[in-house]
Amino acid sequence: MSKVVAELKYSAEHEWVAADGAGPVGIGISAVAADALGDIVYVDLPEVGSTVTAGETCGEVESTKSVSDLYAPVTGEVVEINDEVVSDPALINSDPYGAGWLFKVAVTEEGPLMSAEEYAATNGGEL
Amino acid sequence: MTENYTALYEEHKKAGASFTDFGGWQMPLKYASELSEHHAVRNASGLFDLSHMGEVWVTGPDAAAFLDYALAGKLSAVAVGKAKYSLICQEDGGIIDDLISYRRADDTYLVVPNAGNAVVVAAALAERARSGKEGGFDVTVEDVSAQTSLIAVQGPNAEAILLTLVPAEQHSLVTELKYYAAVEVEINGQELLLARTGYTGEDGFEIYVPNEDAAGLWEALLETGAGHGLIPAGLACRDSLRLEAGMPLYGNELSREGNPYAAGLGPVVSLAKESDFIGKAALSELKTAGAGSTTGRKLVGLKGLGRRAGRGHYPVLKDGNVVGEVTSGQPSPTLGYPIAMAYVDVEFTEPGTALDIDLRGKAEPFEVVALPFYKRQK
Repeated sequence: MSKVVAELKYSAEHEWVAADGAGPVGIGISAVAADALGDIVYVDLPEVGSTVTAGETCGEVESTKSVSDLYAPVTGEVVEINDEVVSDPALINSDPYGAGWLFKVAVTEEGPLMSAEEYAATNGGEL
Repeated sequence: MTENYTALYEEHKKAGASFTDFGGWQMPLKYASELSEHHAVRNASGLFDLSHMGEVWVTGPDAAAFLDYALAGKLSAVAVGKAKYSLICQEDGGIIDDLISYRRADDTYLVVPNAGNAVVVAAALAERARSGKEGGFDVTVEDVSAQTSLIAVQGPNAEAILLTLVPAEQHSLVTELKYYAAVEVEINGQELLLARTGYTGEDGFEIYVPNEDAAGLWEALLETGAGHGLIPAGLACRDSLRLEAGMPLYGNELSREGNPYAAGLGPVVSLAKESDFIGKAALSELKTAGAGSTTGRKLVGLKGLGRRAGRGHYPVLKDGNVVGEVTSGQPSPTLGYPIAMAYVDVEFTEPGTALDIDLRGKAEPFEVVALPFYKRQK
């Protein structure tokens, strides 16, 4: 699997944002970040109905080696979280852009985001 | 800091390792998944590059007497062929390093310090040999770390794997080799020093091999081991394995500021040996004062009652007050709950004591448990 998916946008903190259409956007962490974290064993997500603010922490991702903050790449209301990834956080390692998605936000404002090319160039990932 | 590379660096790159700095060395952190590597060592076998560890030969008529003086243990009591876990301490009892010493002959020991401490330990040994007695001890201290690689095969299948590379007439040397013993054996067509030691809590072996032969041995082991479930294993799982086995890591549980009694290593210190040794006066005082039993802090195991793990340097709390500090912690892959080692005020170290770890502002419940967390079935 390629480490950076072309159709997505990325934050400097390694979250990806699905760029499609007007509805709520899916958010996850990049394969580059999932790899660096190691095997993920716990994820703490924002609650449905809460508001996240671009650039601020909204949860935690814990691997066997370390714990890292999760940063919201956009501002808006959380409309859905991925319950499967909460019970099986290893999905973030095995399928970070698919089954390992984290939550969806009705976006009111995007944070600073990079294109896949820009993100790949700054993080040594392959497109 | 200069980065050191082991003779197996290219092997690790080929195997897709991601690297980390450890003690000034670029070492494989993991190859694919540190969790699969951890489980492979518990259930089958893992192959480790430990070439960052030091190797220092101490030879000469005074070798045994000298090590009795330089180290905290009684090395003169070690039989030829056996090994002993020991400490090299400062005058004030602080720990410079923990090490394994192999007695290879009456007048010959191989001392194995940790990667980041190898140079310091070799220098301290040389200095202690010069100044330890009138005219110096009659020993030679030779640091061969730079020329020597160390490869470990760990896990329940380790013996079966090793035997495939040892000629039949020498099999009994391997099968009869006791834990903490070493023997010269022909492995992959070459006479090498084989030790039954490890840092994983499993049965396993460590093989000392000259740098130029390391890659050949590594490849031979991987090839013959594949049918026994052997996979290369990195430092990430080495850390989770040793933590489950309750083994201290220098820099986490052991330091110059700490002392052996607080670390639960009192039995490693031989106050009874006839000769003086460096740190004896201070260690004797610490013991009399009850360090690690009635005063100060003591190293304990903590078992998480929730899902969140404590990490190094997180405060340990009792009713909201800081009573200790975590030295190592993570979710235990084998046991399925968070585990940690921590220095805790002695009054709160009884197994069963309820404590919290301050997880970045949130108090997470833990319980004091006896070490090790994990013990293999024999």
